[in-house]
Amino acid sequence: MAAIVQVYWNMLLSAMGKTLLLTLLSLIFAMIIGMIFALMNVGKNRAFNLIGTVYVDAVRGVPLIVLAYFIYFGVPSGIKMLGIQDFRLTALQAGTIALSMNCGAYMAEIIRAGIESVDKGQMEASRSLGLSYAKSMRLVVIPQAIRTMIPSIINQFIITLKDTSILSVIGFPELTNMGKTISGNTFKPLQAWAIVGVMYMVVIITLSKVAKKIERRIQRGR
Amino acid sequence: MADNKIMVHVQNLKKSFGKLEVLKDISVDISEGEVVVLLGPSGSGKSTFLRCLNQLETATAGQIIIDGQDVTDKQVDINKVRENIGMVFQHFNLFAHKTVLENIMLAPVELKKMTKEEARVKGMELLKRVGMDDKADAYPSQISGGQKQRVAIARALAMNPDIMLFDEPTSALDPEMVGEVLTVMKELAKGGMTMVVVTHEIGFAREVADRVIFMDDGYIVEQGTPQEVILNPKEPRTIDFLNKVL
Repeated sequence: MAAIVQVYWNMLLSAMGKTLLLTLLSLIFAMIIGMIFALMNVGKNRAFNLIGTVYVDAVRGVPLIVLAYFIYFGVPSGIKMLGIQDFRLTALQAGTIALSMNCGAYMAEIIRAGIESVDKGQMEASRSLGLSYAKSMRLVVIPQAIRTMIPSIINQFIITLKDTSILSVIGFPELTNMGKTISGNTFKPLQAWAIVGVMYMVVIITLSKVAKKIERRIQRGR
Repeated sequence: MADNKIMVHVQNLKKSFGKLEVLKDISVDISEGEVVVLLGPSGSGKSTFLRCLNQLETATAGQIIIDGQDVTDKQVDINKVRENIGMVFQHFNLFAHKTVLENIMLAPVELKKMTKEEARVKGMELLKRVGMDDKADAYPSQISGGQKQRVAIARALAMNPDIMLFDEPTSALDPEMVGEVLTVMKELAKGGMTMVVVTHEIGFAREVADRVIFMDDGYIVEQGTPQEVILNPKEPRTIDFLNKVL
């Protein structure tokens, strides 16, 4: 085990870095996607409601691995059929898109639930003062929704971090992919996968601890 | 009072929720400076009527003209009209993430009615008026129900409204806190504010109202001075209701 760590430590760390990079990028895009579709879902416009529901249901109804294959292999080949020859997606790009779409659907549900958890009277009071729907959302409802959302968002962050391992199938050199490489090169799968597992665990447990701390601070602030 | 200008003109107002017709045919005029109290059993449509006035509920049919503006007209900017209509809710609805003073300052500053400094001065002045200036930096969760409602009144007043709507402002309060809120409302009435109040406080209606409107089943059943409606009701439904609550 020590021998593997000694030889591969910098590759393992850089793979971990790629995992975190993919997670972070996806999370940022997922927040934006989630906010857009959540707002579509809580509004009164039927057409927007429909778009929001279809997106969330469609993306949640497809396994992430299928979505990743679809975007990495399917989309470029589709674009080729349209006559554009040199369109390619890197594994990082395709991975980020797939993971953002997937995480965005769950995020939309988290944000929607957060907005709906705010008492309707808050919106009414704001509107009664003459503030528009958009201003009321931005100044009154969403700031209060965020408090209830934070634990679920952190939870989603952890899920997304673990889901990056699925993207090893499109060849992105993240941690799980590195596990495959090391296991293949050394013929020591037990040790290789144990090391990779522990690395995930350390990061995720650290994150959960931080999350707990933030959660407690928010609850005290109430 | 009678020759004052008409502040609220409601003509054949109807409101349905799906198949349920809550307001069946309401027509009423309210003059500037008039204090109107709406009485009636629950489910009679009083709150719905009040919420139609600032279009928190959109009217199904009929016309509502406030301060010369037809609020049922889709062309009219309802947000602009609402700036002149203050509303106080049964459950206060103070913004939970803002302090007492911030609650009051939010709308005037965001709607560019005042600078931050002006809004602060105005806010403190209003808080003094409702006896809450010592709690300016408290959060809503830290003050009592009666205090919340007084802040809510101050918040509505910050926009300098021409008319104030009160939707059962004391119904969610502990009995010992009802008085402090009614006192503020009496002061407001004395100051000449046009007020429409939905309440179960018959005593308040008798003392402060210029006119009492008794509603039942989506109609105005009877209206007149408190003398007429509360002390000498003519309609059997009014008599029946007053017998139950007095």
